[in-house]
Amino acid sequence: MYSYSDFDAAFVAERNRQFRAQVERRLDGSLTEDEFKPLRLMNGLYLQLHAYMLRVAIPYGTISARQMRQLAHIAETWDKGYGHFTTRQNIQYNWPRLKDVPEMLDALAEVQMHAIQTSGNTIRNVTADHFAGAAADEVEDPRPYAELIRQWSTDHPEFQFLPRKFKVAVSGSEHDRAVIAFHDIGLRIVQKDGQTGFEVVVGGGLGRTPMIGKVINSFVPKEDLLAYIEAIVSVYNLLGRRDNKYKARIKITVHEHGIDDIRERVEARYAQIRPTFEGADQQMLGAIKSQFALPKFKQAATDAYDSRYENDVLFRSWADTNLTAHRDADHSIVTISLKKHGATPGDASADQMRAMAELAELYGYDELRISHEQNVILPHVHKSDLPAVYDALREAELATANIGLVSDIIACPGMDYCALATARSIPIAQEIANRFDELKMEHDIGHLKIKISGCINACGHHHVGHIGILGLDRGGVETYQITLGGDGTEGAALGTRTGPGFSAEEIVPAIERLVEAYMDHREGPDETFLAAYRRLGMEPFKAALYEDARAEAA
Amino acid sequence: MSVIVTDSGFGADDWAAPVVPMEEAGPGTTAVAVPSDAEPLALADFVSAQPDLMMIRINFPSHADGRGFTLARQLRLAGYEGRLRAEGHVIADQYAMARRSGFDEVEISDELAQRQPEDQWLFRADWKAHDYQSRLRG
Ligand code: HEM
Ligand code: SF4
Repeated sequence: MYSYSDFDAAFVAERNRQFRAQVERRLDGSLTEDEFKPLRLMNGLYLQLHAYMLRVAIPYGTISARQMRQLAHIAETWDKGYGHFTTRQNIQYNWPRLKDVPEMLDALAEVQMHAIQTSGNTIRNVTADHFAGAAADEVEDPRPYAELIRQWSTDHPEFQFLPRKFKVAVSGSEHDRAVIAFHDIGLRIVQKDGQTGFEVVVGGGLGRTPMIGKVINSFVPKEDLLAYIEAIVSVYNLLGRRDNKYKARIKITVHEHGIDDIRERVEARYAQIRPTFEGADQQMLGAIKSQFALPKFKQAATDAYDSRYENDVLFRSWADTNLTAHRDADHSIVTISLKKHGATPGDASADQMRAMAELAELYGYDELRISHEQNVILPHVHKSDLPAVYDALREAELATANIGLVSDIIACPGMDYCALATARSIPIAQEIANRFDELKMEHDIGHLKIKISGCINACGHHHVGHIGILGLDRGGVETYQITLGGDGTEGAALGTRTGPGFSAEEIVPAIERLVEAYMDHREGPDETFLAAYRRLGMEPFKAALYEDARAEAA
Repeated sequence: MSVIVTDSGFGADDWAAPVVPMEEAGPGTTAVAVPSDAEPLALADFVSAQPDLMMIRINFPSHADGRGFTLARQLRLAGYEGRLRAEGHVIADQYAMARRSGFDEVEISDELAQRQPEDQWLFRADWKAHDYQSRLRG
C-alpha cells in the first residue's frame, strides 16, 4: 500500500493549516460567503439539507486497518457514530459541525488521509478498480498510476477553478469494474507491442445528460500519461462552458465541439506540455509501484474451507455470492455487503468499521477496499481463513449474502438528506430489498443491478442500472420512472425508459412484475436479467409492467 | 486606485504606460489587457507579432473563473518572458496558484486589499514550497 512521503505529509499538514485560517477568515469577514464556498468545497466540506457534510477521499479505494479504525473514531467523536461509503470511493460524514472540521482533518492527516478535492470544480478523488492487485484478469495494477494522478492533480495551480467538477477513473483489466466509460476521463491499461499504455476515454458522465465516453486516443504510452491528461484538462478549462452550470461538464464540451475537434486541440496543447515532463514523474512512478508490491501470500491447506462449504448451507450461499476469484488459487476476494436488507445502502457504524479493520489485520494482510457499489472488500483472504471471517462478519451483521443480487442496490441519499431531491430513494431501496428477501427469490434471480436516484442529477447511477429507478416530483407527488438495460461495465449502455412512471406505492410491485417476467422468459439460470433483456428487447417487460397491471385492476 | 501584490507584499503600481485592449494594440504598444475568454493560440500569435510588448495583464472577472491560470501558463509555454499580471477578482488564497501558473504579480482593488490585508497574501508567498508540480517535472 502507498505510504506518504515526507513531502505528502508536509503538504497535507500545511493544507490543513491553510484551511483552519480560511475558516477563521470567513468568520472575521475577510472572505465573503461566495469566496469561501469553493475553498471549503475543495477541502471536502459540502452544505446539505440539514447540516454540513464532510467527504473524505479514499484514493483508489485502498485503505489500511489503522485508517479504517480512525474513520470509526472520527464517526464517534464528531459525528453520529456512523459513516456513509459513496459510489466514488469516498466516505461521507453527514453531521459534522463547522468548528470541528479542522480537527477532523487533522485526525485524518494522522493516518495519511485527507478530504482534498472531494468536492468543488476540481479534479476529484481518482478512483480505480476495487479488485486491483487481486483480480485474476488484470493486465497491471492501476493504483500506482492512480496515485501518480492523485499527486499531479492535487493543488494543480491551473485546475482549482474549472468550469465544473472533473472525475478520473483507472482500470487495469479488460473487465471494467471502475465505470470508466462514465467518467470525464476514463483510463484503461493496455499493452501494445510490449509497451504499457492507456486507452483514454473522455466525456462520459451521468447526471441530467448521460453520455458514454468517447475514445480520444487508443494508446498513450505510460510515460506520456500526465502530459496527455494535463492537455485534456487544460483544453477543457478554457473551452468548457461557464455560462450554464448544467452544460459545463466536459461531456457537453465534447458533444458540442465533436471528439475530432477536441482531439486536435488536445494534440496541439500536448505538444507544448510534453517537454515540461523530463522524467521525474517516471522515477516517482517507479517508487510508487514498489509500494504496491503484493503481500507474501500465505501457503496452507484449504480443507477447513472445503468442509465448511460442503456442510453449511448458509456459508455456501455467502461463499457463492460474495467471493470472487483471486489471482492466487488458494485465496479469495471477499466482498462485505453494506446492503443488509432494510438498512441504508453504504452506511457502516463505527463498530462495524472496527470489525472490518480487525478482520483485515487478522486475515487480510492489513488491506481493505471500498467499491463504487458501496461495499467493502477484503482483497486477499486465504481460503482456510474464510470460515473465521464469515463467523466474525455474522457477528457484526455484515454477512449478508447478496453481492450482485437484487438487494445489492445503489441508492443516492434522496429526500432523506439531499436538498435537491425530488423523491425518496433510500426507503424505496429498503422496501425492494425487504420484499425480495420475503420472497426468498434473490439467489434464483441471480445477477441483477438495481440503481436508484432521487432526482435527475443521477447520483445513484440509475442510467447504468440493469433496472434503473429515477424519483421525480410530478405535481407534488413522488413518481418513479423505470429504465432497463443500462450497463456501467465494458458493455457500456444507457438504460431505456419503459414508459409512464409509478407512484411510491406502485413501484415495488412494478419491480416485482419485471423480475417475474424475466424469470418466465429466461432461457435458464445462466441467462442474466441483462442478457435476457438484450435478447428479448423491451416488449415482454413493458407488457409485464403495464398490461398485467391493467389486467389485475380490471 | 489599485494595489499590486508581489512576493514582498503590497506595493503601488509602477507601470506608467497605457495598457490597451488587445484589438487596439499596434506598433509601439508596450502593454495589453487580455480578457479571460481569449483564445490561447490566437493569443500566442498576437504576442509574437508585437515586438514592443513588455507587459500582459490578464483579467479575472470572478475568483471562480480559473481560465486566467491556463492562459498564463500557455503564454509562458509559448515563450513569453515579459511581465505577466493577473488583474481583477483574485483572492489571497489564489496567490500561490497565480505565481505557479506563471504570473509575476496580482493587481487588486483597494476594497479587496482592505478586506484581505497584506498578511493574508504574504501567508501564501511561500508558493514554491509544497508544490507537487515542481516535484513531478524536475
Ligand atoms: C446529499 C448531497 C448530494 C448532493 C446535493 C449531490 C448533488 C449532485 C449534483 C448536483 C450532481 C450533478 C453534477 C453534474 O452533473 O455536474 C451530482 C452528481 C453525482 N453525485 Fe451527487 N450529490 C449528493 C450526494 C451524493 C452521494 C451520497 C453520492 C454517492 C453515493 C453521490 C454521487 C454522485 C455521483 C457519482 C455523481 C456523478 C454523476 C455524473 O457522472 O455526472 N452524490 N451530485
Ligand atoms: S441524485 Fe439528486 S437526490 Fe440523489 S443525491 Fe444526487 S442530487 Fe440528491
